[in-house]
Amino acid sequence: MSGQQQTFTLSGASCAGCVRKIESALKAVDGVDDARVNLAERTLTVTGSVSSPTCISAVESAGYGAKRAAADPRKQRELQRDKDRQHFRKLMWRSGLALALGIPLMLWGLITGEMSVNTSTQQLAWGCVGLITLAVMAFCGGHFFTGAWKAFRHHNANMDTLIAVGTGAAWLFSMAVVFFPHWLPESARHVYFEASAMIIGLINLGQALEVRARGRTSAAVEKLLELQDPTARVVSESGEVDVPLEEVQVGDQVRVRPGEKIPVDGQVLEGRSSVDESMLTGEPVPVKKAAGDNLSAGTLNKNGTLLFEAKKVGAETRLAQIIEMVQNAQSSRVPIARLADTISAIFVPTVMIIAIIAALVWFNWGPDPRAAHTLVVLTSVLIIACPCALGLATPMSVMVGVGKGAEHGVLVRNGKALQQASNLTTLVVDKTGTLTEGAPKLTDIETDGDVDELLTLLASLERHSEHPLAEAIVDAARDKELSLHEVEDFEAITAHGVRGKVDGRLVLLGNRKLMSREAIEPGDWQARAEDLAAMGRTAMYAAVDNQMAGVIAVADPIRKDAKDAVARLKNLGLKIEMLTGDNQATADAVAKQLGIESVHADLQPEDKEKIIGELQQKGIRVGMAGDGINDAPALARADVGFAIGAGTDVAIETADVTLMRSSLHGVADAIELSRATLRNIKQNLFGAFIYNTLGIPVAAGVLYPLTGMLLSPVIAGAAMAFSSVTVVSNANRLRLFKPSSAQEVRP
Amino acid sequence: MMSVLINVLGLLLITGIVWWFWLAGRKSPLQHYQESLVIQVKDGVYEPDRIEVPAGREITLSFQREDASPCAEYVVFSDLEISKQLPLNHITEVQLPKLEKREYPFTCQMKMYRGILVAS
Ligand SMILES: [Cu+2]
Repeated sequence: MSGQQQTFTLSGASCAGCVRKIESALKAVDGVDDARVNLAERTLTVTGSVSSPTCISAVESAGYGAKRAAADPRKQRELQRDKDRQHFRKLMWRSGLALALGIPLMLWGLITGEMSVNTSTQQLAWGCVGLITLAVMAFCGGHFFTGAWKAFRHHNANMDTLIAVGTGAAWLFSMAVVFFPHWLPESARHVYFEASAMIIGLINLGQALEVRARGRTSAAVEKLLELQDPTARVVSESGEVDVPLEEVQVGDQVRVRPGEKIPVDGQVLEGRSSVDESMLTGEPVPVKKAAGDNLSAGTLNKNGTLLFEAKKVGAETRLAQIIEMVQNAQSSRVPIARLADTISAIFVPTVMIIAIIAALVWFNWGPDPRAAHTLVVLTSVLIIACPCALGLATPMSVMVGVGKGAEHGVLVRNGKALQQASNLTTLVVDKTGTLTEGAPKLTDIETDGDVDELLTLLASLERHSEHPLAEAIVDAARDKELSLHEVEDFEAITAHGVRGKVDGRLVLLGNRKLMSREAIEPGDWQARAEDLAAMGRTAMYAAVDNQMAGVIAVADPIRKDAKDAVARLKNLGLKIEMLTGDNQATADAVAKQLGIESVHADLQPEDKEKIIGELQQKGIRVGMAGDGINDAPALARADVGFAIGAGTDVAIETADVTLMRSSLHGVADAIELSRATLRNIKQNLFGAFIYNTLGIPVAAGVLYPLTGMLLSPVIAGAAMAFSSVTVVSNANRLRLFKPSSAQEVRP
Repeated sequence: MMSVLINVLGLLLITGIVWWFWLAGRKSPLQHYQESLVIQVKDGVYEPDRIEVPAGREITLSFQREDASPCAEYVVFSDLEISKQLPLNHITEVQLPKLEKREYPFTCQMKMYRGILVAS
């Protein structure tokens, strides 16, 4: 392998002289095979096995600047897949060749039973077979031997060591039988060339199957990569042209037609359409887009044509960030893996010692043929003990689990977050924006007179107010297409409400205090207002010309799916506590409707973090769901912070779990997924442990008194080869994971 | 005669394994980190496997994996909570945070491939 290509973008290079200087500076660096500068594109391509910081410092010492150019992830993935395919073919080829020798030899032994060496003809014949076996072992399994030797020189022992020692011992013993048969009792003059060949063949086959199965574990990232079309339709003064995606610049105007994918992140300039964002957010309903709305690369334009301005391109797009995050998370560690680590650290030398002890026991106290039994036990123990499955157990599951999360709009930051999310006992939820829409709406308007007339008056008045609730009233009037009037003498009375003259009538809108201040008797309306307040709504009194006109109520409506999601979470065994800065009455009302028992109201932002800390001190494992920006300290404090619906760059960078979809269902999905992943990891670890803890004694011969047979090294080889295939396949089973839907939860 | 020989040989092998893999110090030369360093992952070992790196500075190590064995696929700095997937026949860069003055082992996921960073 002659290394690889890396591309850098150059700064400060502008002439042919610079090109020569940079190229020769790099060619002087160890490991560089070739260096080429493209002056037009200001890029430098380096071939060879050299790290990019070395290249950059070489460019810098020549007096220029260089930065690593972002590689196209799709090309990289394609390259990787090609390499995997090559590797697969190589392994299959090696396996085929070794099995082509091993299987006939084994059949010969089974059918004729003649694998012993007694005559000089047999010596010659088996000698030849021995040499062929050696050639096959060197060609198909040479890497095991070089690896074992090199590791040995470094006082290290690894998988290769076990395979090399195991197959090598079988071969050496067989050759000893060929050359000096008379040293051994007649019953032990048996050769084991077929075992060596078969083991090498089977292990190569196992690794080939594993390479194939592993390819599937990264399917989720591949799906994300495929979301982008390779070209974009850029509109300029000279017309519309399809340009490669990499050439789209920030500020370009891009057109997407119905059925096309949005190529880069941007903001709509013209047109209306609905866009399917489910691939990024998991949100099934298409979102309407019009001028001013944001678009994300990789989402699908459904029915209208949109013209938009490119705001983020290349690695800056949300899609690219998601992909990067998923890839980072996929290779992160899960704390539970530590268990496997401690065991495997001393594993190989320990196994070698066990194998020798077992072999000596058979040699000294075993039944005849002792020499043969000794060898079989030694080889089988070495081969079956290979702990590759143990090492694969967690990374494979994490890989699939994290990828599966991305498919459902659940971005997990790392393996630790994934593990912690699986055993949370309490979920603390921020009310505003998570359980509720986050924007108040007019819910009730009650009057003895005409509703629209009152609404017109109040909305006209509130247009001048800056109170957040005012907007809800103005919006309601706008929805009804009422035309608003001019206001005179507008006055906002702090902590009371507003007053002003609309169409010559004096209009008041505010709380109880406002009415008493103006000496207006609320009468029956007071009871109505109290009813509304008890339902968690903010009720206000309206008076016209010093007469009570009615009450109106504004509330932050509960999100449509919040109740189902809360039910799902409770069903997962989580206790739910609500946090809010709102008053107790409003909070209680929302909690009651959603079936939440525990409420903390009237909170300042810093209180939220404190409450989480207090819960943690009681030993409770707390998850926190909030909408990202103002909840940041609380999200950080919690064992697992779920940033909901943000999908903003900040949230992606800081939250343990980022939910692309603005729904508490995402939290339930994330918890279900993490539990499924952890279960899968435990299955894998259990399987791998059992395999080794049972495999080694069986190979050592504990079943001999029962079965009268020893585990053949060939069977040990097959078991070893397929143990890791089993682990990878089990991890792949996670790809079938589906979050429970709300319907399943409701009785 | 033969059986005594075999038994002695077996015991010698066990002593040898214990001594070679556990007791004998690993005396590979300490390699100095300068600007960057490519660590080969080849034939079951990291090469170099003892590296002196500057403390208190962010550094980038490059791993070139040419070992197809599945163990070699990840490099793990367990003290730093870092793990990185190493694609085959490819140089992968691993960014390390500022290190305190002490030793940091790095291993494959099964701790069979072992290396050590000496931060000083
Ligand atoms: Cu193995």
